[in-house]
Amino acid sequence: MMTFFPKTNIDFLKYRKVYFTISALIFVLGIYLFATKGLNMGVDFTGGTMVQVKFEQSVDMAKVREALTQTGSESELQSYGDNTYAVREKGAEGNIDEVQARVEKALDTLNVPYVVQQTNFVGPSVGQDMTERAVWAIILSLVFIIIYVAFRFSNILWGTSGVIALFHDLFVMAVAFAITQREIDLVVVAAFLTVAGFSINDTIVIFDRIRENMRLHPRASLGELINLSINETLSRTVITSITVVGSLFILYFFGGEALNSFSFAMLVGCICGFYTTVALTTPLVYVWSHGGESRENVSAAPVRKAVEAPKTEKADKPAPVQTAASSKKSVRKSRRNRR
Amino acid sequence: MSKSLAIKWIVIIVILLGSLALIYPNYRWYSKPNAEREKLESLGERPQRILNLGLDLRGGSSLLLELDVSKLSDREPLNEAMARAIEIIRNRIDQYGVGETSITRQGEKWILVQLPGVANPAAAEALIGKTAMLEFHIVKNDTSAAEEAITKLESMEEPFDQDGALKPEIAKLLPEGYTIFRTKDGGYNVVDKTAKVTGADLDDAHLTMYGENGYPEVAFSFNAEGAKKFGQLTASNIGKQLAIVLDNTIQSAPVVQSRITKEGRISGTFTLDEARQLTIVLKAGALPAPVRIIEKRTIGPTLGEDSIKSGLSASLYALLAILLFMIIYYKWAGFIADTALVLNLVLLMAVMSYFSATLTVPGIAGIILSLAMAIDANVLIIERMREEKLLGKPIATIIQLGYDKAWSAIFDSNITTIIVGCCLLQFGTGPVKGFAVTLIIGLTVSLFTAVFVTRAMYELILTSNPKEISL
Repeated sequence: MMTFFPKTNIDFLKYRKVYFTISALIFVLGIYLFATKGLNMGVDFTGGTMVQVKFEQSVDMAKVREALTQTGSESELQSYGDNTYAVREKGAEGNIDEVQARVEKALDTLNVPYVVQQTNFVGPSVGQDMTERAVWAIILSLVFIIIYVAFRFSNILWGTSGVIALFHDLFVMAVAFAITQREIDLVVVAAFLTVAGFSINDTIVIFDRIRENMRLHPRASLGELINLSINETLSRTVITSITVVGSLFILYFFGGEALNSFSFAMLVGCICGFYTTVALTTPLVYVWSHGGESRENVSAAPVRKAVEAPKTEKADKPAPVQTAASSKKSVRKSRRNRR
Repeated sequence: MSKSLAIKWIVIIVILLGSLALIYPNYRWYSKPNAEREKLESLGERPQRILNLGLDLRGGSSLLLELDVSKLSDREPLNEAMARAIEIIRNRIDQYGVGETSITRQGEKWILVQLPGVANPAAAEALIGKTAMLEFHIVKNDTSAAEEAITKLESMEEPFDQDGALKPEIAKLLPEGYTIFRTKDGGYNVVDKTAKVTGADLDDAHLTMYGENGYPEVAFSFNAEGAKKFGQLTASNIGKQLAIVLDNTIQSAPVVQSRITKEGRISGTFTLDEARQLTIVLKAGALPAPVRIIEKRTIGPTLGEDSIKSGLSASLYALLAILLFMIIYYKWAGFIADTALVLNLVLLMAVMSYFSATLTVPGIAGIILSLAMAIDANVLIIERMREEKLLGKPIATIIQLGYDKAWSAIFDSNITTIIVGCCLLQFGTGPVKGFAVTLIIGLTVSLFTAVFVTRAMYELILTSNPKEISL
């Protein structure tokens, strides 16, 4: 058997204050960056015009910029590498044909042959509609996640922690985009959504393990259960992360320009997701379940409450969740204990 | 082999064969050279149930049009007007002949027109964007107020606002019931505000190559109702000028010589192309209200091809890397997981082909997420088996417990993600929808392949009573 992690017994909760501090710092940094540099929202959201050209020979970016300043309108220039440049005029009310003609006229002065690869014109009302729909889709998804997780795990705290973890991942991705000033277009939004999917997936796997361990070890404290569950799923977390991050690296370096910003966003999100899974989601559940007190041994009350979870769940269970004979027995045993 | 296991395998094999049969037309179609595909497409001989490539992958242009609702007739409800607008645009494009075009309503008052691989989007755009509002107005230049207004106009820069409506400061110079239109040569004419006859009264239109002045002309004929109205209009205005107004511009204003009922001509300094387009749009009918292009994306075919090539090859490498890693790390169990993953991809393609779904870059993202979750499901199962194996349990129990214990996590995470997918499907627009569709199909398929199929494989192995399965 080949294993990266034989059997670990790490006290993940011990350093929760460190994790929380790191996350708080990232949060402050993010807010600062959003306020000063801001996010580079693409024309998909701001409305405006984008013309992407590819030169047949290498051209100095400064020269391209200089040529563009002659147009007299305010445009942004971005290099995609491989002699490919994107020229943007954000929020412009103008007509794409005019903008394109203006850009082409300016680029002609460079005397380097080029092809226009892509042009986008997005009216302001479309950009606004896009943003609104994206925001609604995300809010609705989050609400449904909280409801579903609360229903399956019989505790609203868990769903909320999962959603916070998800937010954390998306926030870090946004910070990465603020630092690099990469443009956020619709493809990047798809990456955000994918990471959101991963994040929930990771959270659920750990929650599921905690739920199971609650039945197996009815006398254990929540802290012990959480540590045990993270350790037990650590191998899975690492292996899954390796496969995902590994394939994303391949997409990032060889996937071509269309997938580049997508894979960049995904890489940031997945690496951060690994950290969030281990260091943020369950410590949040822990802290909230105890009102933030750092007790080594939690009093029996909250654990009992948590152990009750499977019982209430059994009544309205929509799917075969626990079929293993051993865990059924343990549930029965724990009920007897309470009596 | 037990009976239930045999049934499982029959199900799996039937599904696999069915999927391959669904995928085969894709292979035949996409292995054809580009030129041949385009030719067949314009003949309408594209196979029905195959995967479509989105514009971001194959190149082409997409236009988002907004219907100017404020100019709709009060009698026509919005939904009817939208349906009619879509129908009219489709007619125009079909007559022009530009391959596989999708025209769909989006939101309340938007129409999305997607023209894949169109070499000359400008021509298609001109065709779609023309309102083709044909109106006949009696010219009223002769009053003193009209003359005063026209002199004032000639000293002004732009009497019309962005939407082509007359600015209020000009409108108030005119007597009640009059308005002004620009003529084709840049002058202005004051006319009766209400159009007695419009393009809706037309029956047919056709192109005349050499008209009176050597320019192409468009001849048209009225339907019965139109002929009656036009007869009345011309009979009561003999000797006056009749302005033929197309999309707020006076094309020509001939003097009415006699009562005309059946036919008419629009002459002007048209080029052949202009006249041809005008004929098409008049035939297809006028749009219920003007449309405005609010979004336009053009992706050159080279970019589409490049992104397909590098995207596909990188995805393939990534997939190979995952498959290899799983075999090295999990041995036989990894091999079984790999088989399920490949099967997952096959089924996904088959389902997408069946629904003629469109594959876009965000759609590929959805596939990646679903594949990753399929891998994760297997990692969860195998890790559980390993735990049981460490406890020294017999092989059949290891497999049983591995699946039983991993199931709740797999189920919950897949359902949660499918819920997210459904929210995105409901609220998202084009690209986000593409992501959601592949994600939902992919996850549903992966619940089958990553759990049902792999388990059937283990059970098949168990029938030979092995001492151990390498995990």
